[in-house]
Amino acid sequence: MEISRHWRLRKQRYALEGEVCPHCGAKLFPPRDVCPHCGLEAKQTYTFVGTGTVVSWTTARQAPEAFAEQAPYVVALIQLDEGPKLTAQLTDLGDTEPYPGMPVEMVTRKLRSDREERGLILYGYKFRPVLERALAE
Amino acid sequence: MTELLRPERPVGIVGYGAYIPRYRLPAREIARIWTEGKGGLPIREKAVPGPDEDTVTIATEAARNALARAQIDPADLRAVWVGSESHPYAVKPTGTIVAEALGATPYTQAGDWEFACKAGTEAMVAAFGLVGSRMADYALAIGADTAQGRPGDALEYTAAAGGAAFVVGPAENSLAVLEATLSFVTDTPDFWRRAHQHYPEHGVRFTGEPAYFHHIGNAARAFLEATGTTAADYAYAVFHQPNAKFPQRIAKSLGFTEEQTEVGLLSPVIGNTYSGAAIVGLTAILDVAQPGDRILVVSFGSGAGSDAMAFTVTEAILERRPLAPATQDYIRRRTEIDYATYTRWRGKLVLK
Ligand SMILES: [Zn+2]
Repeated sequence: MEISRHWRLRKQRYALEGEVCPHCGAKLFPPRDVCPHCGLEAKQTYTFVGTGTVVSWTTARQAPEAFAEQAPYVVALIQLDEGPKLTAQLTDLGDTEPYPGMPVEMVTRKLRSDREERGLILYGYKFRPVLERALAE
Repeated sequence: MTELLRPERPVGIVGYGAYIPRYRLPAREIARIWTEGKGGLPIREKAVPGPDEDTVTIATEAARNALARAQIDPADLRAVWVGSESHPYAVKPTGTIVAEALGATPYTQAGDWEFACKAGTEAMVAAFGLVGSRMADYALAIGADTAQGRPGDALEYTAAAGGAAFVVGPAENSLAVLEATLSFVTDTPDFWRRAHQHYPEHGVRFTGEPAYFHHIGNAARAFLEATGTTAADYAYAVFHQPNAKFPQRIAKSLGFTEEQTEVGLLSPVIGNTYSGAAIVGLTAILDVAQPGDRILVVSFGSGAGSDAMAFTVTEAILERRPLAPATQDYIRRRTEIDYATYTRWRGKLVLK
């Protein structure tokens, strides 16, 4: 159990909290305090909207114990509209097959829980196909 | 002296949002397993959460939708209250996890409410009081559940998942202004679940007349009388919906027509979302209501009691409504699953 590590990462995991560079405007995820684009300090907190597209993906069928409940699941490389790329699980695919460029949006879900139901429930970001809306924003 | 609860300062709903999971289990599929497909079905199908969903994740998405419509900084919330009968932890608040995910921490209340299916409206009434007394400008009230029935039990056909969230704030910033609330509560043992038990118990024939109809009927009639209104004064009405029949029967007995109730009656296609049931119906009404429309909401929770409340929709609804998905968008997004998948996802398989 790494409770302290999970606790430190909670804002980043629950809500895609990263950083924005005050010098060049680049958005950083995960937060790293130094801008990879201009090399200057970037400590300003920025919460991502979390829309993006699927770049590539793989299906995990043999999952580690902690994730077995949700197997098989799809892990994807996602290009966020706000800049950075990240790796995350896709969820709520239903009958949809992922494809390159598939539009996705961030949701907060259970990442894992133990079958014994004694430990911590871990929540964090996943991405799902963008919900279709009859009334556009 | 009146039974009505009215705040010192006028309050209302500043933002609202719903969430309904993608997966559906048809009632005929449950009947296929348990009754060889014979017998009547209480609804068409129910919403089932995916394996990575629970009350925390449902509450979080409904609340994000409510905040998107409210257009306020989550840090301005002074309460994040979650009503549910399926909080993921026995000890550890759902509210703290949701508040953190929304960015409402750390200067906020974050408690959990319990009152079977009326925990959500219980949280709403408390939020009206907190804002109405000027202790706070904004409070978030949520009702969300991932209800389960014992395999083969009558409740398995309807026990569903979903939730609704409401940012409560001053009336001048509201898309629906609260008129008043009224609650009707007695100690009635129609449905319960003891600690450490997975499934609830219920007094089969005891759930209708002495529980649902007695409380929801008395709350609604007392509310109409105290406010000097009749069914004809409301554009819409929504009642707790454990199935399709009960809410239709109570609506009719109070003088409401199908036109007034069909928009908020979602149980036939999503099931009974427990703490979310009446108030997910309210979100579907707010998705179509026009400024000036009056809406009556009456919840019911086993144990037992009902909260009645009424709202008047304002002009603000027109520009805020499109800022988040409509409840019908979630209902349209539908993937059917079979009983085997349902069994695995809901953890009904014993693996050791
Ligand atoms: Zn930079």
